[in-house]
Amino acid sequence: MEGQNGKTLVMGVIGADVHAVGNQILSFAFREAGFNVINLGVMVSQEEYIEAAIESAADAIVVSSLYGHGELDCQGMRDKCDEAGLKGILLYVGGNIVVGKQDFTEVEKRFHAMGFDRVFGPGTAPEVTIAALKKDLLGEE
Amino acid sequence: MNAALLTDFGSTCTKVTAVDLSAHRILGTAYDFTTVQTDVAHGLDRALQKLKEKTGEIDYQVHLACSSAAGGLRMLSCGLVPSLTAKAAHLAALGAGAKVLKTYAYQLTEEDGEEITRLSPDIFLLTGGTDGGNTEAIVHNARVLASLPGKFPIVIAGNRAAASKCREIIETSDHPALVTENVMPSFNVLNILPAQQLIRDIFLERIIKAKGLTKAAGIMDDIVMPTPSAVMTALQLLSDGVDGKMGLGELMAVDLGGATTDIYSIASGAPGSAATLLSGLPEPYAKRTVEGDIGMRYSARGVVEAAGIQEVARVAGLSADEVERQLLRIDEDKSLLPDCPEMEKLDFALASLAIRTGLLRHAGTVHQVYTPVGPVFQQKGKDLTRVQRLLLTGGALIHSPRMHDMLKAALTIAAPEALIPWHAAPVADAEYILSAMGLLSQKYPEVAFDIMYQTFGKDVH
Repeated sequence: MEGQNGKTLVMGVIGADVHAVGNQILSFAFREAGFNVINLGVMVSQEEYIEAAIESAADAIVVSSLYGHGELDCQGMRDKCDEAGLKGILLYVGGNIVVGKQDFTEVEKRFHAMGFDRVFGPGTAPEVTIAALKKDLLGEE
Repeated sequence: MNAALLTDFGSTCTKVTAVDLSAHRILGTAYDFTTVQTDVAHGLDRALQKLKEKTGEIDYQVHLACSSAAGGLRMLSCGLVPSLTAKAAHLAALGAGAKVLKTYAYQLTEEDGEEITRLSPDIFLLTGGTDGGNTEAIVHNARVLASLPGKFPIVIAGNRAAASKCREIIETSDHPALVTENVMPSFNVLNILPAQQLIRDIFLERIIKAKGLTKAAGIMDDIVMPTPSAVMTALQLLSDGVDGKMGLGELMAVDLGGATTDIYSIASGAPGSAATLLSGLPEPYAKRTVEGDIGMRYSARGVVEAAGIQEVARVAGLSADEVERQLLRIDEDKSLLPDCPEMEKLDFALASLAIRTGLLRHAGTVHQVYTPVGPVFQQKGKDLTRVQRLLLTGGALIHSPRMHDMLKAALTIAAPEALIPWHAAPVADAEYILSAMGLLSQKYPEVAFDIMYQTFGKDVH
């Protein structure tokens, strides 16, 4: 059960989004990279991420969204984490997280303001996210 | 003759069943009142006397008994998140045949501690955290429990990484600490059987003695389990079958009492179509729930509250005023038996709506969710719509001449989200043999299966 690097991730596709393929690929890549992965699959609510993170004492929550409604789905997530006692937990979000083609630096800013530590745009390779996780959780450069 | 005597010390009745182990048939059944206040052997002796009048003198080779007398197995449980480990703990305790007084979540407070002392459970089930997950909550809760007076045993079935720490803390008190596997070793994975086994062991070793039930020990080889646990065992055997004999497959049972209603399902509850996604905690294949506010007499008002008085009146075919008039009579006399057409009609409605309420709370739900790729269905809990057979036990059910109508009224409901059976056929446990067969199955599963198959296995459609 335990991953080799001792860090636990809770991941899944948020909201009414049923894109399951990328979710499986990411889950596989994170496991291969040594993380203990709790994959909640698709159509995950904010509460489900948070409850899973509490029980498993997770180190990070990685939110995916591909259908464009991510901005609505992610609102208030950091506040709920704080409320649930997950103060300071690492929050990532990535995918097609907004409607249409928008300037990514603006999108990133809006999600940072919502309390997400890192924001990844469309087409991000799993290695990029893995490297960020290793830096943030294990101090690896 | 090779014969077994099976005894069920119920809260009100002590029931005895004699079984011919060679011919695989029931020789006779009898019952009398449970006398746990004075000497439990008195009621048993009277029941045995009645049995002897039916069967003649028999030399029994096997004696087995179950008990729900003296309050049954009273438990409290706690977990971390309400929908995860707290729910797993609750399911584990119910599945072990316990009466679960309350389930706590997150950190226990001082007030919770006072309440736990007041409720004084037979066993406390302490859980929280997946293996390698959260340890703070369960360790905190172990400290709170260790500070409480009393000697009730505490079963530790939480995060593996915190188990020995919790045991150390609890061992500083008078409470025995017993460690077993985590009820949720990893996220959303239910592992409740080890905890259930430990609970049953404690029940045998300590609780039976503490409740004064060992006075009957002279004639009993052993009280082997709590009654609901015996019923669950019987249902599983009937569903699964024995070596070389096919069981009946998925089935459900309702035990309707005066104060509570027990619902059992032996079914996978998996979604019925590929377009349905399962969310939330996967529930056990053999699941038991207990509705403490639903029953025929002490909890008659609870049925009315759950279903609404208009619905009670509609199903009964009475006016709401008449329903209220009859309910007042029940309020005054909890042992009232139907003595007029109005009371018969009300009892029909109470039984029917008690079954409906119990099934609605036991079964899962399904909701349509609109997504950009089209509608999908999201299921929570068990899908029991395709269950074909529903066993009915409890006095109000098995003696009713209108059992089919009763179940039909229970299942006819305009709630498409409810995953209760669509058209299950009722099968009556007319001789109250379920708990006895659960006991018998401990040593003679094939005999128990054959008898149940003869009794409940008729083609239902």
